[in-house]
This record gives sequence, structure tokens and C-alpha cells, in this order.
Amino acid sequence: MPPTDRRVFLRTVALAACARGGFAAESDAQFVREASFYEKLAYKKIKCKLCPRECVIDERERGYCGVRENRGGTYYTLVHSRVCAAHIDPIEKKPLFHFHPGTLALSVATAGCNVNCKMCQNWDISQVRPEQVRATYLPPATLASAARANQCDSIAYTYSEPVIFYEYMADSARAGRAAGIQSVVVTGGYIQQEPLKQLCGLVDAIKVDLKAFSQKFYKEVVNGELKPVLEALVAMRKLGMWTEIVYLVVPTLNDGDAEFKGLARWVRSELGVDVPVHFTRFHPEYLLKNLPPTPLQTLERAKAVADAEGLHYVYLGNVPGHPAENTYCPKCHRVVVKREGFSIDGVFLKKGKCQYCQQEIAGVWKG
Amino acid sequence: MRTSGSALLKALDRTVQGVYDRDNALEAWKRVARPGEVVGLKVNCLAGRGASTSVPLVEAICERLQQAGVPARNIVIWDRLNDDLESAGFRIQTSGGRLRCLGNDVAGYEGDLVEHGSAASLLSKTLTQTCDAVINLPVLKDHGIVGVTMALKNLFGAIHNPNKYHSDVGDPYVADVYMLPPIRQKVRLAICDAITAQYEGGPSYMPQWDWSYNGLIVSRDPVALDYTGWQIIERKRAEKGHKPLKETGRQPKYIATAADPAHRIGTNDPARIDRVEL
Repeated sequence: MPPTDRRVFLRTVALAACARGGFAAESDAQFVREASFYEKLAYKKIKCKLCPRECVIDERERGYCGVRENRGGTYYTLVHSRVCAAHIDPIEKKPLFHFHPGTLALSVATAGCNVNCKMCQNWDISQVRPEQVRATYLPPATLASAARANQCDSIAYTYSEPVIFYEYMADSARAGRAAGIQSVVVTGGYIQQEPLKQLCGLVDAIKVDLKAFSQKFYKEVVNGELKPVLEALVAMRKLGMWTEIVYLVVPTLNDGDAEFKGLARWVRSELGVDVPVHFTRFHPEYLLKNLPPTPLQTLERAKAVADAEGLHYVYLGNVPGHPAENTYCPKCHRVVVKREGFSIDGVFLKKGKCQYCQQEIAGVWKG
Repeated sequence: MRTSGSALLKALDRTVQGVYDRDNALEAWKRVARPGEVVGLKVNCLAGRGASTSVPLVEAICERLQQAGVPARNIVIWDRLNDDLESAGFRIQTSGGRLRCLGNDVAGYEGDLVEHGSAASLLSKTLTQTCDAVINLPVLKDHGIVGVTMALKNLFGAIHNPNKYHSDVGDPYVADVYMLPPIRQKVRLAICDAITAQYEGGPSYMPQWDWSYNGLIVSRDPVALDYTGWQIIERKRAEKGHKPLKETGRQPKYIATAADPAHRIGTNDPARIDRVEL
């Protein structure tokens, strides 16, 4: 299901709830644009070059994502401006903890995804085709205007998988930038290097859902691959993109100490100790309803392992009120951003530095 | 069996008689559906005219069903999309007490997932709510990802997310999707349209690789049908100088999976397939 807690429906964008089995509210033609990043092959086949899957697609067929279609040897996205979920969320909900805390993000999604995680929380929009979910036409300029009208500092591309609505995301990021609105991306990071490089020139922060630190999990639970995601994370950092990582801890499947340690060491060596890592609690959903929610002790164990490896900003998620929601200065260890759930109770920073010891706190801060 | 031109109806009768072991064609057709049942005809129209289930074949089946006591209003021709059906030459008809013809995009999908093994899908309401019985009407053709597409693969048209199940040459996805209970329970007969078949370049229509097989392959066992069709395609590929599907990385392993002890959808053992050419 799309997020339901604390959501505020846009007054300016009257979306129907994401009802399955419904029909697009508007005509299909307005959502169709030629896709970026593909190669034309013989006999009107095409090869998609957007994500590492590189689907080879026959005429009238779609890729794994279900939202890009070969029509007569030309590849089209079917979801440009085809928004099936739109909410105003605190930026902390993405979660981005080191990016303008306390601000709002106008958060949008289209149908579709380029993986099929068994624990997906939003499967009823991510694992369907665009025509199978109600949607509304929300072109980039209107989206940017809606963000301004609703006092949102940013547009967040989220809920499903924004890589698969790349063209809409890119156009909206441009429209947002022209209107003084920033863009943040919530993604699985399963994307090829060239589109990623171009995206990093358009958006301001990316949160990556690193689903596990093992190829086995990626193959069996995600239907994807780990290596391209790690390569994408490295590329984001090299391109100077503000990046945070979420690791959803799934009981029995990716919750071993060795995996936590491997992840923390990799982050330290390849990305740096200042990249925030959020260990978040799993709730039984979709195809993993047989597993229990993540025990708090498991999350705390993950944090302890990552802390011991020297990461500066390790958080716990989906455990409102836990002290590990706060940001602590890595030098004096005092709280510099105090949080309660998605609320900010206090920011004790001055120009991005700890107000107590002047230690620089990595992130993108206001004032 | 083989067909030629106007012999289609006669050929259809003989094959269905053969499958149901009846002396009389009408008696055989009465075995397909009981009085009062709604019969779905699951065609395969992705490729448009040329490599889709042919309209004359479907018309012939509709004619025989009606003669066997199934009124037109209880016959539903269906596939994924209205556009696909129209591109193959079918006329959309959703109401009026007549024979219906519609895509899942109009009929919609159930709200709850059904699962088997690797497959988890929402099923077409046409399958779950409208039809009591289904006649599966695939086309004999090559498939660029999963090797071949016939009876088993045609039921991808009953689920909302077929794009998720082409990885690993469709194995075990094709077999797992066929195991979803409403599919297993309702599909009673498969009639594979092999009048014009395609040995390379599928599932799109590629006229340079089609040939007039002039046949129908009819079976109540979709695995046996797919195995038989696969061998026909391999023979044609060899005749035309194409590599076996195995050498192209497209051996349809899902056929064996569908026959394994975990699925038992049918048999792929040539020694157990009673192939009767009429």
C-alpha cells in the first residue's frame, strides 16, 4: 500500500486512491513519450539501456518494468506525467536525514518497477502496469507549481521506482529547478551509469534502498543484482551527489552480523564514513507475510556493528521515539538534530557545523 | 492433423472427436462445456494479424459450441487488451446479450494476489468471474526469450504482470503461472492454431520466418501439446538452417518443469504422448 500515515492529500491534485483494476482517468496518448536510453535492433526489436537488465523487447511488448513499450521499433515510456500517487511528506519520511531537515517534499510516483522485491510495501503500484492503476495527468510544470503552492521545498520521486519513470523525473526536476524547487530521488539504484550520470546533474539528493549486501538476496528476493547497485552508489558519491542509504532488515534473510559488517566496511571504504545508513524495520507485506517484523534487538545489533566499523551516522528507522533517530555529532557526541518519528524537535547546527564543538556535519543544511 | 482452406471446420471436428474419443462431432463438443456454462476462448493476439489466433478458427469453434448447446451469450473471446484483439481482426463486443469479445484492460483484474511457487499475480476477472470453462487457443510459434510460446505460455494473458516472468527463459515462471488455481481448474482444452506457424523471430509477426503448417494441434494436456509443438518448430528450424533453440540459449525448459513432480500439469515424455495425425 502507499504510505498512509501522516499523508496529506494534495488539494491541487485530486487523485483517486490507487485502486487496482481501474482505468486511467485520462487518455493514454498524453502519457506517452519516446523513451531515453535505448538501442534499436534489427527487425524492430529494441534493447533498453536504462537499467542493468537490458531487456530486449519485441514490437508491441514491454520491458520487465511494464511501463516502457516497443511500438513499431521505437521505444516509449507510457508513464510521463501519469501520477498514481501524490502526497506531501516530511523529508524525514524518505528518509533523508541530512537534507534540509523539517522541510516538506511533494512526493509522486507512477506505476512500475524494474525489480520485484518480495517485501515490497507498495506492490499495488510498483508491480502493476500503468493502465491497471488509477492515475492523473500531472505535467512537470504543474507539479513544480503544486510544490510551491503547498510550501514544499522539494519534489520527491518515490513510492514505486523512479528509474522507470526517468523521463518524467528528469523533466520535472528541470521544471522544479526553474521554479526554485529541489528534487530528491528514492530509488533501488538499479540503473545504468550513463542515465545515472545525467540524473545527478538534475537532482539534489538520492536515497538508495540497498536491499541487502549479498547477491543471493538480490537474486532470490529482489529479482535483481547487487553489483550494479553498488556501482551506482560509488558513482553518485564521485559525482558529488548527497546520498543516504536505507537497509531494510528482513528477519532471517539479510540480518546476519557478517552481512552488516560487510556492508559497513564497504560503505567506509567505497563511500566514506559520512554517508548515513538507516537500518529500518521490516513489516510483513506482499510475498513475505510469513515473516515477523524485525525485532528491535536485531536493528540495534546492526547499528552496533556499523558504529563499530566507524560509520558516523547510523540510524534506526520505523521505530518512532528511538534515540537512534537523532543525529549525533561524531566529535562531541551531542545531539545536533533531534527527531521524533518524522518530526524535528530541534536542530543544533550553525552553517552545517555542530553548535557545541563546530565539527562539520555532513549533509545539505539550511542556514 | 492438417487443414487446408475450407476444410477447417471438418478438421476441427475430427481433432476434437479424437481428443474426446467420440464417434460424433457434436457429442465431442458437448464434452467441452456443460449446459449453462460460460466458455472463454483465450486467444493469443499480441502479434496482430499474421501470427495471432486466426479469426476463422475462432468463428468455427464458436459455431460448434453453439451447435453443442452453448448460447452465443455464454461465449467470451478474450485476451490481454482490446487493442490486441482488434489488431488481430476481432471485434470488441462487451454487452447486448450476444457473443462477447473483450480485453482484460476492460474487464479488469481481481484485487487479491494468487500465488504458486515463483508466481504471484492478479488474475483477469474474465477468467475468475465470467468463465466456467476455458478453451486455450495459442499459436504455434517461436519466442525470442522463452523459446516457444503455445498452450502453457498463452495463460500469461490471464495475469496482470506477465512482464515479470520472462527471466531465466521463463523457467519456472511459465509452469508456476499455469498452476494458479483458476487456470488449472478452468482450462479444459487447448487448440493450437498451427495453420500458419513461425519458427524464428517470435512472438512478433515476422513473415520471413513463418510457414504454412496447415495444422491444428489439439490436446487436453498442455504440456504434451507444447512438447509436440516445440519439436515441430525444432524440425523446421533445422530444415531452414537455424540453430536448435538450446544453442541459442532459448531451450524451453519450462515444459519439463511443467511435467515435473512439483507441477504435474501434463507429460513431456514422448513415450507417453499418443500422437494421432489426422
